[in-house]
Amino acid sequence: MEADTMMDKVAPIEIAQPQEASKSAAGREVVFETRDLGVLYGKSPAVMGVSLSIYQNLVTAIIGPSGCGKSTFLRSLNRMNDLVSGARIDGEVLYHGQDIYSDGVDPVEVRRRIGMVFQKPNPFPKSIYDNVAWGLRVLGMKDNLDDRVERALTQAAIWDEVKDRLKKGAYGLSGGQQQRLCIARAIAVEPDVVLLDEPASALDPIATSKIEDLMHDLKNEYTLVIVTHNMQQAARVADMTAFFSLERTETGGHGLLVEYDETSKIFTQPTDKRTEGYVTGRFG
Amino acid sequence: MAVDAAGYSLKLGPRTRRRKLVNLVMQAIATLAALAAVAVLVLVIYSVARRGVAALSWDFFTKTAATFGQPGGGVANVLVGSIVIVAGATLMALPVGILVALYVSEFAPRRLANLVKLVLDILNGLPSIIIGIFVYGLLVIGSGQAAWKGSFALAIIMLPLISRATQEVLALVPSTLREGALALGASRWRTVVGVVLPTSIGGIVTGTVLAIARAAGETAPLLFTTSIAANAVTWDPRQPVLGIPFDIFVLSESPDPADHARAWALGFVLITFILVTSLTARILLARHRQKLEG
Repeated sequence: MEADTMMDKVAPIEIAQPQEASKSAAGREVVFETRDLGVLYGKSPAVMGVSLSIYQNLVTAIIGPSGCGKSTFLRSLNRMNDLVSGARIDGEVLYHGQDIYSDGVDPVEVRRRIGMVFQKPNPFPKSIYDNVAWGLRVLGMKDNLDDRVERALTQAAIWDEVKDRLKKGAYGLSGGQQQRLCIARAIAVEPDVVLLDEPASALDPIATSKIEDLMHDLKNEYTLVIVTHNMQQAARVADMTAFFSLERTETGGHGLLVEYDETSKIFTQPTDKRTEGYVTGRFG
Repeated sequence: MAVDAAGYSLKLGPRTRRRKLVNLVMQAIATLAALAAVAVLVLVIYSVARRGVAALSWDFFTKTAATFGQPGGGVANVLVGSIVIVAGATLMALPVGILVALYVSEFAPRRLANLVKLVLDILNGLPSIIIGIFVYGLLVIGSGQAAWKGSFALAIIMLPLISRATQEVLALVPSTLREGALALGASRWRTVVGVVLPTSIGGIVTGTVLAIARAAGETAPLLFTTSIAANAVTWDPRQPVLGIPFDIFVLSESPDPADHARAWALGFVLITFILVTSLTARILLARHRQKLEG
């Protein structure tokens, strides 16, 4: 299994690191390519005209003010918006070249490859072990179940904290631990991509920094896309950053992609005035 | 002159005095009405218990009715009969009730869901004698009575109760849990079976227990479906059996005063069963809600 490549636990990567070759998108495989993507709820568009490429084994951050459609965009990447009645998609989302919204595509299969971690930790009301094992059982990955559970919990940097209480309920964990358990649950089923929807917004700073460290480790194996309203967080964890903004119109407004580039460029030399205004804290 | 202090007086004037009086009277009437409701229940339980307890005995629970005019005998066949009928009804209504609730809460488009909910409410309001006649026409004519046919009639009564109770607890399951399961690549059905149902099991059990308590007291659906029975204990649902409520009716019509005492005793048994199950169910539900709402 590829998951055997253990991450370097000794030296957590420093935050606000300088440019390195590995951060560049150049030459990397494109995991997602959205083409003029729009999501509508009923008749009102939540986000429109997003075209961007998300690269393998990078952390891509989506930032922007409230209501700019960043979560909606993220949820369109694994068809979670299908669950919202009245939600509709415009344009295309290509995943390794295949449109995930085309006719023959099964949303269940999409989500099996593209996992998700939510804003509020949402462990199942089961034991810690079963939280991780449930997805494995459902997907028929039942061989070496114990090993798989341990590996996922280790990757999510929570194994040491829970190894003596695996059979205890997940609700006994702290919020930060619950969120790492949810990350373990998501990566246990060996997805290709993990989408994170403001994964640390409900957590305290220490738990947040653990999640951020974790993302640095996880990107060696997975492609990560994170929505965050916290610009410092984007600056710390992301290789690429997309800035979304809210376009006000007469009928309300909708989100759109303003600028997408390497994180360092977005934060130091943005080309768009709106990006500059946002990252320098002048609005939003 | 100083400023007229009367404009700022906080004492009662004549108008406000009247308002206060009306308020007090209405409060008192409402309180009395509430007390009356409680009193009715207490009186019913008390009078049934006072007359029923005397006839309770070991024989009452273990023997069948003695030959007319002879002393002794009991209602074992009726107690077993009620258990057979209600257990059968639960076996039929529980799975269907849960599936209907799942359809309404998890799978159906909103309009259809509302339609099914409406149908369930109407079903819940149907007079039970109508259900009895319906089952009589459907199952009994031509082939005779049987306990399972009575169960079927009771199941129709239990179905909307179980289904609505289940819908209510399903609605309490946070949608984030469903999303978490679906995001792992689980199908809707696996999500329901693996996450949603286990989370709501406490509420489903409660709803079922309440439905059982209700069904155990129903008489009308059993009149035409399982009311002519031999005076013997049988657990066979293919045989007709007597249930407690119907036997209360039969015993109280009897000319033998000992039968009247048995009718009261049976009433006491039934009312105790219903009280205990209803109260337990409500306590369970309260706990379950607390757990879910955290």
